[in-house]
Order: sequence, then structure tokens, then C-alpha cells
Amino acid sequence: MAKVPSNLKFLESHEWARVEDDGTVTVGISDHAQELLGDIVFVELPEIGKEISQSSDIAIVESVKAASDVYSPLTGEIVEINESLNDNPEIINASPYDDGWFFKIKPQDISEMEKLLDAAAYESSSEG
Amino acid sequence: MKKTYLNEFHSTHDGNLVDFSGWEMPINYGSQINEHNEVRTNVGIFDVSHMAVFDFSGDNQVEFLKKLLPNDVTKILNSKRALYSPLLNENGGILDDLIVYHTGNNHFRIISNCATRQQNNDWFNEKAKQFEVKVNFQENASIIAIQGPNSDEVLSTLYSLDLKNFHIYQDDEVMIARTGYTGEIGFEIISNQKKGLELWNHFISKGVKPIGLAARDTLRLEAGLNLYGSDMTINNHPYESNLGWTIDNSDENRNYIGKNSLAIEAESKKKLIGFYTEERGVLRAGSKVHFAGGEGIVTSGTWSPTFKKNIGFCRVDANYPAQGKALLRDKEINLHFCETNFLKHLK
Repeated sequence: MAKVPSNLKFLESHEWARVEDDGTVTVGISDHAQELLGDIVFVELPEIGKEISQSSDIAIVESVKAASDVYSPLTGEIVEINESLNDNPEIINASPYDDGWFFKIKPQDISEMEKLLDAAAYESSSEG
Repeated sequence: MKKTYLNEFHSTHDGNLVDFSGWEMPINYGSQINEHNEVRTNVGIFDVSHMAVFDFSGDNQVEFLKKLLPNDVTKILNSKRALYSPLLNENGGILDDLIVYHTGNNHFRIISNCATRQQNNDWFNEKAKQFEVKVNFQENASIIAIQGPNSDEVLSTLYSLDLKNFHIYQDDEVMIARTGYTGEIGFEIISNQKKGLELWNHFISKGVKPIGLAARDTLRLEAGLNLYGSDMTINNHPYESNLGWTIDNSDENRNYIGKNSLAIEAESKKKLIGFYTEERGVLRAGSKVHFAGGEGIVTSGTWSPTFKKNIGFCRVDANYPAQGKALLRDKEINLHFCETNFLKHLK
């Protein structure tokens, strides 16, 4: 497994969150998650403008093997989605932490980030 | 967990190992889609040594197999050939599916599924007694499958066989048969483990890629081939499993196991058919389908790497129309019904 980037925070359910310079938070799934799923063939992304609360399901990622819910690391509003995943979902397998991001949230309360796992804690939880 | 003799190869070549009916087997070696495409466009090699090989000895093997199987081995007596058949109980329920190989001079070999190894061994032994046939379960056999449009070329690096009208080759070390589970041309090679390892390493050194069980599943689904335990079980008879063609009643005096029960089922009220959808998402086994005048249930479903859409099999009421619907994650989607061989239907 590739090294987990230390600038990200995680849910135990394998979603990552990264605070951007403009104050939005980018969300995706971890390298470990894409490995577990195998070849990804579909994603269902949320609509822009949708309000979401922390840890509730907001997207679906589906591989040849199985479908899986994606949970939101934060409460807030969806402000951008990665449309390229609709035609090329395999980007998630190839680049889970960069090109394979899912959506961006405008967080209601950025202090919710503190409830998330840091890279080391996620790494040890996902190894278990 | 049981392991095949190639387990060390798998674990040292990026094989993701999973529990498959009590056997530790490679589900993929990185990407099941790449592996699938490799078999459709080139050639790949599979370790299927978890499957069960049975040889038989005794003079009455033909009579034994005519009793044991609903398909009629008489068809393959004149040459060394292979024949597919389900294995039925007295009620016509499917116990397994298998291939029987005539290896010459009225000697036969059966290869059947992994999960039913012990059950089949017991069943064969019980039924063979009255024919004084001995069942030799080859528990340590190697089975390697080479499948794909370039498989002839790969085989010819070791064996110069006349591959026109080729069915079975046999020497002291190997049996090579033109059988498989992918819808492509190819071979299955049965040998002991020592020879198997030599063959495996040879083909790998020729650049043939190893293929995991996940790709094996999408390959067989596209080819319209049933998976025992999913598309048919002991609770299904052949007519509702798209296997009516394997029931050979041409010799009306032949009284195979399950025959009397099947006579009632010939006009089956249910059918196993194919479906596909252009909509997003994968409808998986257990999902319900419905249509004007009936309903059904998905037995296998996947995303097809070849056709890039959701395909599968479903068992439906026999009066099904051309189209139906299903719920996928609370959304209604449209299905097209078709024959199960997607390689023919969707090409």
C-alpha cells in the first residue's frame, strides 16, 4: 500500500478530507479503499448545492465486485464535483489522493476536522 | 485453508488471495478488468487446480456414466472428446455441473467444481458400486487453463499438435483438452503437480499473464456459462437453468438418475435468461426484476469489461417479454432481456 499522505484527515470508512486554501474541503477515498474495491466502474456523485451532515452517505462508488457508500467527513454544502469520474471512474484506482477526488464541501464548521483521524491513526485502523 | 501447489507463485506475483470455498485462491493480480481484456484479446493462464479430477477404472465405465449423467456419453465414444453435463439427484435437482472426457478405449475422466469435491466423490463411489467401477479421486492433480485467441500459438511453443478439429491429446504426463470457461478458444492441461509447475513456469516465461478468479467470473458471464451455486443449485432443474440442451433422451431405454422427475419439468414455467441495461450501476445477484405479467430474480450480475455495461442472468417466469424493470438503489431502471451468451448477442 502507498504511503498515506500526512496532510489528509480520514474517516474510518476510508474517506479522506483536505482543507484547501480557499477554505473548501476536498473529499475522496483512500488508496486502501480503492484496493479493497478493485476496478471501479461507476460513481454516483451528489448534486452541487446539496446540504450534507458529517458521517452521512453522500455518494456511491461501485467496482466490478461491489457497491459501497461514500460518507461525508464534514457537515456543509457541496460546491463542486469531479465530473471526470463519470466517464473515467478508473481515475480513482490510479490516483485516489489527487485526480480521483470526489467532491468539495463548503464546511459549516471547520472544527469538525478535529474529529477525523490523522494519517497515522487511519493507517493503523485500516491495517487492522 | 487449502492451497494449490501454485500458491507461492500467486502470493509472490501480486496475487490478491481470498477464501474461495475453503481454498486460498487469487481473486486478481492487480486489475481484474485488465486480466479480463488480456484473455479476450490475447491469452491468459489460470490456476484452477482447486477443481476436482476423477478418473475411473473398470470395464463398465460407459454403462456407469450413462446412468450417472443426463447427457449421453455415447456421443463421445467414437473419439477422444469432452462432453458437458449437469449432475442430477433423483428429483432432477442439479448437484453440480462437470465435463466428462473420453480419454480413449472407454476410459473416462470427470472434472467438476471445487465446492462439491467431497460430495461428488461420495456420490460417484456410491453410484459406481453396482457397475464395479472404481473411482480414483486425483486429489493432487494440477489443472492449468490457457485461454484466449492466441492460446494456440502459446501451446505450440511446447506441443506440436494438429489443432484443426482438436479435442483431446494425451501422453504419459499430460492430458490437454480444448475446453474452458471463458468463451474463447483455449486449453485445459491436467497433469501431476511437478509437470504442472514446469508448464506454468514455461508459459509465464513466454509472457502469458496469470488471470484471477474475478476475471474468470466476468469472462464466463459474458459467454453465457452458468456458475454452479449461483445460477443453479440443488433446488433447480436443468430446464429452468438454460440446460435443457444437456438432457439427452434420444436413447429412450436409457434410465439416468433424475430422468423420471425431469419428464414433468420439460415444460418449465421458469427460464434462465440474460439481461443487460444501458443505465448506470450494477444489478447484482438476488435483485428482483419485474415485467408485464411476471417477475424474476437475478442469479449473477456484473459490469461487463467487454461491452462496458451491466449484464447478468436472471431466472424469470417463462412468458417474459423483451424488456423489464428492476430497482437499483431505489431507482427504477430498464432492462433488456436476451439470450445468456452476450458475446453473441451484444457483439
